[in-house]
Amino acid sequence: MTAPLLELREITMSFDGFLALRDLNLSLQPGELRAVIGPNGAGKTTFLDVITGKIKPTSGDVVFKGRSLLRDQEFSIARLGIGRKFQSPRVFEQLTVRNNLALAVSRPKSPWSLLTGALSRQGRDRVDQLMEIVALHPRADYPAGSLSHGQKQWLEIAMLVGQDPDLLLVDEPVAGLTDEETDLTADLLKSLAGDHTVVVIEHDMEFIRRLDTQVTVLHQGHVLCEGRMDDIQRDERVIDVYLGGADDQQSGEQH
Amino acid sequence: MVASSTLLPQPSRWIRVAIWVLILAVLVAAPSVLPVFRLNLLGRFLSLAIAALGIDLIWGFTGILSLGQGVFFALGGYAVAMFLQLNTSAAAGMLPEFFRLYGVSSLPFFWEPFRSPVFTLIALWLVPALVAAVLGYLVFRNRIKGVYFSILTQAALLVFFNFFNGQQKLINGTNGLPTDTTVLFGQQVGSEPVQRVLFWITGLLLILSWFFVRWVVRGRFGDVLIAIRDDEPRIRFTGFNPVVFKTIVFAIAGALAGISGALFTVQSGIVTPQFMSVPFSIEMVIWVAVGGRGTLLGAIFGAVLINYGKSLVSEALPQSWLFIQGALFILVVTALPQGILGWFFAGGFRNLLVRAGLARPLATYPSLELDGQEEVRL
Ligand SMILES: Nc1ncnc2c1ncn2[C@@H]1O[C@H](COP(=O)(O)OP(=O)(O)O)[C@@H](O)[C@H]1O
Ligand SMILES: [Mg+2]
Repeated sequence: MTAPLLELREITMSFDGFLALRDLNLSLQPGELRAVIGPNGAGKTTFLDVITGKIKPTSGDVVFKGRSLLRDQEFSIARLGIGRKFQSPRVFEQLTVRNNLALAVSRPKSPWSLLTGALSRQGRDRVDQLMEIVALHPRADYPAGSLSHGQKQWLEIAMLVGQDPDLLLVDEPVAGLTDEETDLTADLLKSLAGDHTVVVIEHDMEFIRRLDTQVTVLHQGHVLCEGRMDDIQRDERVIDVYLGGADDQQSGEQH
Repeated sequence: MVASSTLLPQPSRWIRVAIWVLILAVLVAAPSVLPVFRLNLLGRFLSLAIAALGIDLIWGFTGILSLGQGVFFALGGYAVAMFLQLNTSAAAGMLPEFFRLYGVSSLPFFWEPFRSPVFTLIALWLVPALVAAVLGYLVFRNRIKGVYFSILTQAALLVFFNFFNGQQKLINGTNGLPTDTTVLFGQQVGSEPVQRVLFWITGLLLILSWFFVRWVVRGRFGDVLIAIRDDEPRIRFTGFNPVVFKTIVFAIAGALAGISGALFTVQSGIVTPQFMSVPFSIEMVIWVAVGGRGTLLGAIFGAVLINYGKSLVSEALPQSWLFIQGALFILVVTALPQGILGWFFAGGFRNLLVRAGLARPLATYPSLELDGQEEVRL
């Protein structure tokens, strides 16, 4: 086995005493596609917040390519090769689709290089290619704010891909998408795995099934079990968690 | 079709050409048409427009609302006034007059480099830029945004105001430093020929400033600024460090305010701590809001229009200006949130339809976000 690309070691995240993550251990191999499921409030989004530097864990360590990320800010973690799509799509609404993507593919991202030069030929081709993939070509010069919810989801996924990270963290990518769009998204994410390492958080079981990959079940900030979808669905504990305990209903309320 | 870099209202080509023809015509014709008193007034308004361009850069494009631009404006003014004071008194082999009144016999150390015209020309924009960069960096680094940032700039303004106001022996305190009676190239600065030249210089610098800011906001750098205004926490995850971008534009706005203050000082004849009064810094923001944020030309237009209105009204009804200005501001914020030029560029008629409920609104107001936690959790 090769060295893991990302390792979470004993991560605990406490919000004023409430443990959103408890002694979480998780490791990802390069090129892996990993699905993460769990009821509302299980800590899935918090888990991405910790990896991307949005919040710093109360204890534990995040190791990426053999180096701890705990002292890095969000932008430098992004530059190290970790990209993220947010749960509710966050694109820059006042910029055009094209310019949203142009920022994602730009590199270097220093002010001076942005000020003194236009986007390279390669960069522009990449933007066109990405718009083609997510079928936003006809909307290229429209403000991202004018897109439908599904189109914003796809634009954000395209921005994530354009950033060309080694690790893609995708939080509920198919929420609000049509069945057809959901299938296309699954295919897109599967095609990215191999060259990239991909973590997909999702509620939609059909979607996870279609990804056909290793699944990690999170529950109350802890890994409940890992395995293939078929095994997971037969697991007693998972059935318990999903078919309700009053606890989960409560923690789910805020979502 | 190549889209314009930003989605801010863009005037059509012929409107832009018409505006430029108008601006150039005014600049070329004014010196021969206007009596020197009016010309001098116009020159002052044009210098204020340079500060307004800086505010449009940080507020209109980047969403940073500074209520303390008077600090940088005054620093530019003091820089040029110190040079002129020294230049004049040195000819007589003495210290500037006010020092003698307060019994100061040796020049304070920080005056010394202002004997040099080259140093002064650099310092009048570099000093405010550096002060802005340091202040901005410290605040932005701590992720202080929105109203908290605005309040801090007000606090900084008060600190600077009180300091300058209280230092009689260093910079003549509340009386300020006059420039109209000083001498440059053997001429009184307040004299007609010098004031005519200053008008030209102001017009030229205003156009150069406009080109410069436009260069900054075009292209991907400007797109990052707009992205910061839209959703600053998000841009970090795409690999950009907003602190650096914000510090740069805040420093640029500081430099522009410094140039503006220097030109304003030499055309109004004096710099005083009143340049750092709270109402004046707020007025600067009003010029941009009324003219139209994120349009650049709107900042120029707003600064000149409001100040011209102010001088007309103040001549006729001295007490009523503040009320009129307040009313104008409220009118714009409520009825024309894009400002006059923004409204015009975006197709004012369409906006009328929007207000009548016959069309969907296009523009959004950049929100004053209080912290970085605005992700909507579903
Ligand atoms: N910034 C925060 N402050 C306080 N509590 C939080 C914060 N972020 C998340 N939580 C709590 O942590 C738990 C896990 O949330 P989250 O990771 O968003 O769950 P999900 O698995 O649905 O994505 C929830 O109970 C949530 O209320
Ligand atoms: Mg979530």
